[in-house]
Amino acid sequence: MLELSARDRRRRVTNVIAIGALCVLGFLAITPLFFIFSYLILRGWGGLSLDFFLEIPKPVGEEGGGMANAISGSLVLLSLTAAFGVPIGMLCGIALSELKNSFTARVLRVAVDLLTSVPSIVIGLFAYAVIVVPMKGYSAWAGGFALSIVTVPIVARSTEEILKLVPRTVHEAGLALGIPRYKVLLRLILPGVRSGILTGVLLAMARVSGETAPLLFTAFSNSFGFRGLSSPTASLPVQIYTYATSHDETWRQLAWTGALVLVFVVFCLNLLTRFLVRKS
Amino acid sequence: MALDVSPEFNQKTGMGNLDGQNLEVEQKQIALETQKLSAWFGDHHVVKEISLSVEKNDVFALIGPSGCGKSTFIRCLNRLHEEGEGARVSGDVLIQGIGKSGGRENIYRSGVDPVSVRRRIGMVFQKPNPFPGLSIFENVASGLRLAQVVRRSVLEEVVETSLKQAALWDEVKDKLKKPGTSLSGGQQQRLCIARALAVRPQILLMDEPTSALDPISTARIEELVMKLRGEVTVMIVTHNMQQAARISSQTAFFLMGELVEVGPTNRIFTKPKESKTEQYITGRFG
Ligand SMILES: Nc1ncnc2c1ncn2[C@@H]1O[C@H](COP(=O)(O)OP(=O)(O)O)[C@@H](O)[C@H]1O
Ligand SMILES: [Mg+2]
Repeated sequence: MLELSARDRRRRVTNVIAIGALCVLGFLAITPLFFIFSYLILRGWGGLSLDFFLEIPKPVGEEGGGMANAISGSLVLLSLTAAFGVPIGMLCGIALSELKNSFTARVLRVAVDLLTSVPSIVIGLFAYAVIVVPMKGYSAWAGGFALSIVTVPIVARSTEEILKLVPRTVHEAGLALGIPRYKVLLRLILPGVRSGILTGVLLAMARVSGETAPLLFTAFSNSFGFRGLSSPTASLPVQIYTYATSHDETWRQLAWTGALVLVFVVFCLNLLTRFLVRKS
Repeated sequence: MALDVSPEFNQKTGMGNLDGQNLEVEQKQIALETQKLSAWFGDHHVVKEISLSVEKNDVFALIGPSGCGKSTFIRCLNRLHEEGEGARVSGDVLIQGIGKSGGRENIYRSGVDPVSVRRRIGMVFQKPNPFPGLSIFENVASGLRLAQVVRRSVLEEVVETSLKQAALWDEVKDKLKKPGTSLSGGQQQRLCIARALAVRPQILLMDEPTSALDPISTARIEELVMKLRGEVTVMIVTHNMQQAARISSQTAFFLMGELVEVGPTNRIFTKPKESKTEQYITGRFG
């Protein structure tokens, strides 16, 4: 009775083979990540110093210098994104969840999905046409505008998904108390999903902090640090791109260290979102 | 309106004998009356021309097999039904006015704001639904805080009396700052009752408030509903017939969206006029 039949034995073997294959595939999937990290540490670690964060780049041929300009520029660009793209995305997501399946909501949803699939270089081009050309110059404004457009659909969709998770009954409980709809949303629903929405926002920020294409001809770059929102503004990804392809050994080292810092920041943002998800 | 009788008139009469007919004059005030109330989900006619009236400060039970439109009907009474997609209502619902006129108001008259209707007609749902992320105190205070302007001191007082009315005060008075969702299911439902009572509604609608609860919690809620009699008009949906028999004085039996029979609970359960009612209460269907 308890003996294994031939069929049972065959099933066991298949099981072992399948699990083995999955392990190999899983290993293959994380190998690039492992190599990227180790290579970045190998090449970038040596360049890490306080100077990297505090100094602006030195001219070609001179030793030293840092990426303070790119770091501050990235912070400015991300702040602009957080100030414009994130709230617009959230409003969009709230509208999507409130309007449910109405015609407006369906149109908006398709628009948001299309926007997600627009290549970011095209978004950069658009920002170039509507901001850089009329303002007659590259600026942080243009870069922030382009990054905001990248952010809006991501935040909108994640906000909508989170709000969808709130049971309808909570909504109804609020309405049944004679609380106006907007207050039910603002005071009763949103506070309960704060950390979920924040998670979506952080993921979106992690995503745009590495965007290069939309910044190439909007924020452009500079090598002297932040000079106001209407001036060209450096950013880590663009600076890495420029320095990595240069012929100067010091600059190439800066690019590696910059890449390490960028990946580290994105990595931390992702970890933070995991932490938030677990908490909520 | 035949039923539009002023309170003074009510008290003086009692032997009204007009034209030799033995008219039964309404002794009690009517808290709520529906007139040919119908409701739809899209093309699905779910509630069919229901006309009934509920006496003030009484407990009125609604029974019927599941899917017969009890929830939909009761959700029309605080204008919640219309919030759903494709939902539609026709007919009238009259409630006692609060103005000087003291007359009755039709909550479906055009121009009436559903929000103001819902401030006067509270609701308790089938599944306890405290606001997530809000403390016990905030849950009870939410209606007052977000729908009205109330001073903090008044708020604390109202929260305490409401929790006492809902028989929850003793269990939570030391942990008012704890989240409402940290309570047990039965406590959460009493929290929801306290939350609904805090805005001092004229009428309290309860949609199978005990169907998700254990027998002990159920008994506590039945007890508190009986205590509420005389203070607030309660309309309670239940598919538990014993419950209806225990706590209500009037009962209506619904079947497939229609009102089959309505009358004193005693009579409905002992001498139903309709054979369908009899079949249902003797457990032959539903
Ligand atoms: N949201 C909805 N959309 C469409 N049909 C619904 C919806 N809710 C209920 N119904 C239908 O309306 C009828 C009455 O439902 P309901 O009022 O919930 O009955 P009860 O509370 O008596 O069980 C049922 O046939 C049900 O299928
Ligand atoms: Mg129901």
